[in-house]
Amino acid sequence: MEVTDEALNNERLQAAARFKAFMMKNSTKTNLNLYEHLVRLLTKVMDERPENAVDVIEDMSRELKASILQEKQDTLRDSACSSAALLLAEQQKALFTRAAGDEGDREEDLVESPLPNVAELAFFFEQAGVGLGREEMHRVFLALKQLVDSQCLLRCRFWGKIFGTHSNYLVAEGEFREGEGEEEEGTEQTHEDEEREEEPREDKDETELVEAADPPPKSTYKPPPPVPKEENHTGVNKYTYFVCQEPGMPWVRLPMVSPAQITVARQIRRFFTGRLDAPVVSYPPFPGNEANFLRAQIARISAGTHVSPLGFYQFGEDEGEDDGLRDSYEENPNFEGINVNEMAESLNLWVHHVQHILTQGRCVWVNVTKKSADDVDEDAEDEEREEESDEPEPEVGPPLLTPLSEDSKINDTPPWSTMVSSNLIPQFSIAVLRSNLWPGSYAYASGRKFGNIYIGWGMKYIGEAYTPTIFPPPQNEYPSGPEITEALDPSVEEEQALKAALEEQTAALEETEDLEEDEEEDD
Amino acid sequence: MDSESLHYSLDLAAGNGLTLSSEQRAALQTSLVILKRNYKFSRVLFWGKISGIKCDYFIAQGVEDDEMKNKKYLYSLNCVDWHLLPPATESMIADVALAAQGRFTGDPSHEYEHTEMRIKGEGDDATEEEVTVKVNEASRLATAVSNIDKDASVVPRGAFTKSPSGKVLTNRSFGGLDPIEAAKLRNYLHFREPVNLKKKSILEMSHLNPAIDFLDPLSEDIPKGSWSLQLERGGTMCVLRSLLWLGLTFFHIPQTPQHGYIYMGDGLMNLDLPFML
Repeated sequence: MEVTDEALNNERLQAAARFKAFMMKNSTKTNLNLYEHLVRLLTKVMDERPENAVDVIEDMSRELKASILQEKQDTLRDSACSSAALLLAEQQKALFTRAAGDEGDREEDLVESPLPNVAELAFFFEQAGVGLGREEMHRVFLALKQLVDSQCLLRCRFWGKIFGTHSNYLVAEGEFREGEGEEEEGTEQTHEDEEREEEPREDKDETELVEAADPPPKSTYKPPPPVPKEENHTGVNKYTYFVCQEPGMPWVRLPMVSPAQITVARQIRRFFTGRLDAPVVSYPPFPGNEANFLRAQIARISAGTHVSPLGFYQFGEDEGEDDGLRDSYEENPNFEGINVNEMAESLNLWVHHVQHILTQGRCVWVNVTKKSADDVDEDAEDEEREEESDEPEPEVGPPLLTPLSEDSKINDTPPWSTMVSSNLIPQFSIAVLRSNLWPGSYAYASGRKFGNIYIGWGMKYIGEAYTPTIFPPPQNEYPSGPEITEALDPSVEEEQALKAALEEQTAALEETEDLEEDEEEDD
Repeated sequence: MDSESLHYSLDLAAGNGLTLSSEQRAALQTSLVILKRNYKFSRVLFWGKISGIKCDYFIAQGVEDDEMKNKKYLYSLNCVDWHLLPPATESMIADVALAAQGRFTGDPSHEYEHTEMRIKGEGDDATEEEVTVKVNEASRLATAVSNIDKDASVVPRGAFTKSPSGKVLTNRSFGGLDPIEAAKLRNYLHFREPVNLKKKSILEMSHLNPAIDFLDPLSEDIPKGSWSLQLERGGTMCVLRSLLWLGLTFFHIPQTPQHGYIYMGDGLMNLDLPFML
């Protein structure tokens, strides 16, 4: 028995050894062997003791194999890997460092700085359920600080965020001191003009010869006189806007907005791409690129949704003009704050503090049909015709500080929704206002404090499906007349009939001629 | 997004501008636990918020054993009391599409009415008949939620697996997408019954893994460009925004299993999308 047992054991051992040898055979492809792999795997299971190990054993095995490949040491030098996250982190690091010269005049900073308290804004809006998250808001705060340090601003606030399809815009609103920050505009304007002049010159070489031989007809279309742009510090250009894509990236100043841009922006609906120089492909054609479109939308949103509690602002006393023409106001030092519940119930207690934009695209109406002296001689005829037609009615919008209760509805949707931030603790809640016209626009009021913010796609709610403007019918190529109208060729019968008629005619003529001749002869 | 991880998931999706106030968050964390017990859900997700003119609806989603089938939706006006939404049937969707217009009001019993003349009968017997369609806002809400889920519920590829028995389960070993793969739209899938998958040719199907690729990828959506994929925070977080349903935000942090989507908007489809791209 013992012998057979031993033999059996021996046999078993041999079989085991054979199988072990088989398992230790290295794979021709990966140079690994199953035995070592299983040992490692089981060690890993023993070390980690995962729950329901049998369910995840395949994945553990795969991970183990992958880790073997990763562990290989590299004798090459470390390549300077620069991921996007690293680049951004390095750019944002500047936000968290204090400039060297700052420490001396710290107290002065605290008093003078136009830096807005974004943390407070974030705190109140978080109660309203609006915000970008605390960390992000703080980064915005620091980025605004950077803006205020680099630009000479009188006032500054965080305006909001506009989403784009590829990246987003953070928008800051600033007001320059009188007479500052205007040089750039001038240079940009001339640059654009130069470009415009250059363009046709290139085409000239090719078309010159053709044009000399057969000049193309001149267009008789006269564009309506352009509505003049509003000056810096007035109307829609009262504030200057800066945008950046991520906190820490450089702030880019947006150009001034022209009335034509506002008029077209009202007729189109487009997503922003996130690149300021992207073209705006639309009909009616938008005059400018995405930076201009963004600026036009910001102007429209500000005019529609920037609101403050009644009495926070008041008109200056020295201005004795009509209410409609007033464009400035000052803070009311005696403003006491209005009860939150009242604020949340009545729209009468909220007023617009940004001027309404007229259909013309300006805040203050100008008569564009009035001509300068040079034009009069040229268009004398036009002038007469125009005088016959009525002098255009000056447009008048609602005056500044008009209560919101006078805002018009869109398709039965009330323009504003009001609510209280908390129903459970009403005594410490704040009044929140949500715009239904511009989804994403919010305002809050609490005691003497109020704030506005816009976080959205920059699109107005229109209440129905958008119908794009239809293209005008194509113009006629040439004046239609009998000489160029195509006619049917006459058939043989018609031709013969015509011939017969002609023959008859000639015959008749000859007869009469004969008669005449006869008469002559008679004479 | 999962109710368990709500407190930090909300911050990750906060880039869309809307979050919840601290009071609402606290209320949700209490009430969703009770909700899970009462309805015997295996998992409760906070689905989002649909804003009305007077009130906002908060929507929660309950999931049973199978992650995809038998999903239940519940709404609440105050984040505490939850009411079950009726399942959206074909006829309900048709009625709502006809009658409901404009913004949500915030009152679940509000009735939308639509009257139209329909021609009944054929030939000479045709008579015009006045048909009035009535729907209340609760059923409109149910339709909106199911439509949004149909068009815009997103999961990263590999987060869910389909077992041979047809059950859809969370993939325990999902470790997140690779950062390079995360920048591609085809690695995000619609979490609904696949529609386009059956139309694919055998050659196209040969690349797919039946356990993972049992859903439609977003890259095949029409019109092209109806999703905005952005890498935020310098590429450490992928954010997908639907341009068809403005307000739907999906986030995924590459190389971690964290992902989720939330809808915070007015519940209206962006019908102007083709003109806006």
